[in-house]
Amino acid sequence: MAAPRRRYDRKPPVTLPRVPAPPFVRFLLRRAGALVLLSLGITLVAFALTQLVPSDPVAANLGEQAAADPAAVAAFKERYGLDEPIPVQYWRYLTNLLQGDLGESLQDHEPVRENLARYVPATAELAVLSTVVAVLVGVAFGVAAAVRRNRFTDHLLRVFSLAGISMPTFWIALVALYVFFFRLGWFPGGDRLDPGVLEPPHKTGMYTVDALLAGQWSTASDALHHLILPALVLAAYNVGLLTRYTRSAVLEVIGNDYVRAARAKGLPESSVLFRHVLRAALPSVVTVIGLIFANVLTGTVLVETIFAWPGIGQYAYRSAVTLDLPAIMGVSLFVAVVYISVNFVVDILYGVIDPRIRVT
Amino acid sequence: MSTALAPEKPLRPRLSRRWFPPALRQPLTLVGATIALVWFLVAALAPLVAPYDPLEQAFVPFESPSAGHLFGTDELGRDVFSRVVYGARISLPLGVLLVVLASTIGGVLGALAGYFRGWADGAVMRVADLVFAFPAIILAMVVTAALGRGLTNAVLALVIVAWPSYARVVRSLVLSVGDSEYVWATRLLGTSARRALVREVLPNVVGPVLVLATLDVGNAILLLSGLSFLGLGAQPPAAEWGSMVATGTQYFQFWWMGTFPGLAIFTAVLAFNFVGDSLRDVFDPRTARESRERL
Repeated sequence: MAAPRRRYDRKPPVTLPRVPAPPFVRFLLRRAGALVLLSLGITLVAFALTQLVPSDPVAANLGEQAAADPAAVAAFKERYGLDEPIPVQYWRYLTNLLQGDLGESLQDHEPVRENLARYVPATAELAVLSTVVAVLVGVAFGVAAAVRRNRFTDHLLRVFSLAGISMPTFWIALVALYVFFFRLGWFPGGDRLDPGVLEPPHKTGMYTVDALLAGQWSTASDALHHLILPALVLAAYNVGLLTRYTRSAVLEVIGNDYVRAARAKGLPESSVLFRHVLRAALPSVVTVIGLIFANVLTGTVLVETIFAWPGIGQYAYRSAVTLDLPAIMGVSLFVAVVYISVNFVVDILYGVIDPRIRVT
Repeated sequence: MSTALAPEKPLRPRLSRRWFPPALRQPLTLVGATIALVWFLVAALAPLVAPYDPLEQAFVPFESPSAGHLFGTDELGRDVFSRVVYGARISLPLGVLLVVLASTIGGVLGALAGYFRGWADGAVMRVADLVFAFPAIILAMVVTAALGRGLTNAVLALVIVAWPSYARVVRSLVLSVGDSEYVWATRLLGTSARRALVREVLPNVVGPVLVLATLDVGNAILLLSGLSFLGLGAQPPAAEWGSMVATGTQYFQFWWMGTFPGLAIFTAVLAFNFVGDSLRDVFDPRTARESRERL
């Protein structure tokens, strides 16, 4: 007679003890998940935008005669897949996208990806320099205003920063060009290099970096010379914004008891400012960087048009005006993904700098 | 403390002190309010202020500023001063309209999301997140280009871009106010959700939203003129500031063509920012001047 099977005869299933992921990893995963979902949403928006609008890419891209010819229209639609049902178009768009295929621009019949690869470095160069300038100057101004609050410096900087966020970028660009190029001749009036200066060998596409890598000092300085004026113009708005944010962030911290304690125990003022005040104020300033970056991208559309800067802003504008759907989708997708990635990095940075954030 | 030295006669604060919080009595606020007022007057009285018809091509083109033409003449021989004056009739009302539309739409959606939570909240806020994922002008540019150029479509596009920030603010305000005990109390007394939202929650939300909206009028004027600058907003021959600056960039040796309309945008936007900045101090005690005295 077989012994009745008892429960403990069975081998216990091998289960690893569930160790909860450390909070910071969970924080990262949660943010990364949101990033992926948002990216998918963006493709949907980019696609929907081009579908829901009443304008007709056929009319916009074929000549009048060709648009009147049904055969030409049908050929055009078939070539770009415009004759298929919308979900099919979206699905094909997504699968192509995952393979890195953004479609073909209707303007120059080149792959949008190649266009982007050509224009993005020019804008990247401009945006990075401009952001660096804006952060350095804006934070310095903001700290100065907070330290000298309600005194002359503070009032002056307040007017200054409000002026910065009130000036239309395209207008400062125009005035700067008139004064520094047309009148004074200190800076070139547009484009990335002087005529006659050869492009540096292509590595990153950013001329200053490429020229430095190749050791072409004169090309590098020429490229930088062309970069300064548009970068400063782009920075104006963000300097104003950062001054205001930094000022209020510093003011929120500077009245705390531990700052007073630091002073009371005889620390030099510089140490109080940098170690105690800025350390606590910077996290909230860092969160603005995403916003700064969005402003720079917005500004490039306007600034690049005026400075004849062959970057993504100009490309975006050209595509929007000519209703170049694949290019519009490509640009908005690219810009949005870069933008949310920047915000993702900022979120993480914020979590690193300020541990309290990771838990919530 | 001064309580020990209570005055015999009750203090009668001057009317202005009672009515205007200190932050609103600063010089910057007054300057801002004055400039804004002047611009609104100019817009309202444009036919009286402008010496000439803004569209009439009656003069020698490219004339530099003089007593006859304060801001010179443009490439078609129109008086730039008159055009700048009439430009106020486009930018100011549309800037205000834009903010009213965006704050109404965003406010209603945000209030619904915050009060009812659940799927309504999820849906509204995810859409808002999506709009936020695009830099404003790129999305606005694409929408305008797609709908067709023109001021109406530019305003529409900017409303689409602008409503989410109101939705976020209103939602978070409603979330915090909606949870407060007095709202629960009215609900327990049998008030309907709708009535509680309108009678108890909304009055506490309106103030901060008004501040945000005032601040935003300047921004709206900037964005709208930006779209017009790109040729997507106002169409020629309309006297619109942004598109006038755009013409100015084509003839930039004639500096007056672009400089004066640009200055107009700058001063109008600055006025709203001056006022908005002080308004924010009133409603946000953390940045208010009084609270800083504890140092």
